[in-house]
Amino acid sequence: MKTKHIVLIVVMLALFITPLIISPSAEFGGTDSAIEELISDQGYEPWFKPIWEPPSSEIESLLFAVQSAIGAVIIGYFIGFEKGKRAK
Amino acid sequence: MHIMEGFLPHPWWEIWYIISIVIVSYGIYRISKVTKEIPEAKPLLALMGAFIFVLSALKLPSVTGSCSHPTGSGLSAVIFGPAITSVLSMIVLLFQALLLAHGGLTTLGANTFSMGIIGPLVAYGIWIISKKVQLQSSAGVFFAVAFGDLFTYVTTSAQLALVFPTEAGFFDSFLKFSAIFAITQIPLAIGEGILAIFLFDFLAKYKGQLLAMMKVINLPITIHNQRRKNNEN
Repeated sequence: MKTKHIVLIVVMLALFITPLIISPSAEFGGTDSAIEELISDQGYEPWFKPIWEPPSSEIESLLFAVQSAIGAVIIGYFIGFEKGKRAK
Repeated sequence: MHIMEGFLPHPWWEIWYIISIVIVSYGIYRISKVTKEIPEAKPLLALMGAFIFVLSALKLPSVTGSCSHPTGSGLSAVIFGPAITSVLSMIVLLFQALLLAHGGLTTLGANTFSMGIIGPLVAYGIWIISKKVQLQSSAGVFFAVAFGDLFTYVTTSAQLALVFPTEAGFFDSFLKFSAIFAITQIPLAIGEGILAIFLFDFLAKYKGQLLAMMKVINLPITIHNQRRKNNEN
């Protein structure tokens, strides 16, 4: 790992920790719900409902975690495979 | 954050579907062509899909005090171009619409258009320009991916403003939507740009020849041959 990469990791961490520190009282809700509110205020009713919704926010976060885990496994496999091949 | 289920009335959702399906079909054709010509590109395709999968599942806090998520489609655009990226994006969006009630089936066309077509198109354009002006590859990837991410949300704002103009018109509404979407997205776009540098640097180091073959990067021919000799030894 180069110095460049270490600096970049620090910048990235700072990028996502800073908001939590500078606005401790913020709700950190999704931007999509903010948009939903803005449109509903205009009197719009969505004409189609999701055919299935996660029954609770726990299940929803589970599914999001599964989604990123699937992706992370593939990325990790690829990196490990290529590094292992080179090491031979 | 994508346009929610049911929030695009007739005829808008059909319009975006038609446009997206044309591009996605071309993307499917491109995938079969590229993987036939360069079979080694297949794992790379899976890798780019996986990158989109991970990034679009990460809801991150932003300085505006709300959360949004990156798209992940910019890096794929740099490596495979926008058409193939539109296919990968549509798959991820379908997954999220069906299992997470995030985005939606009726808005799948519109969301594919913003995250899978315009964002990647911007990323690809910036990448091509950065190669022309011989920018360092890390910087090129960073700007391509960051602006690709940002323009996905600018596009979403425009799509919503077309349907829901305020009394002052389209532009006023566009500013309102982008104040929520695009501003929140700025730090996330920077983060995505940085993350893309990591994966790109890895690929350039370990898959340099493949990237050169796919015309993503230009390797001087001597280095190309030297590396091959080293591999043979």
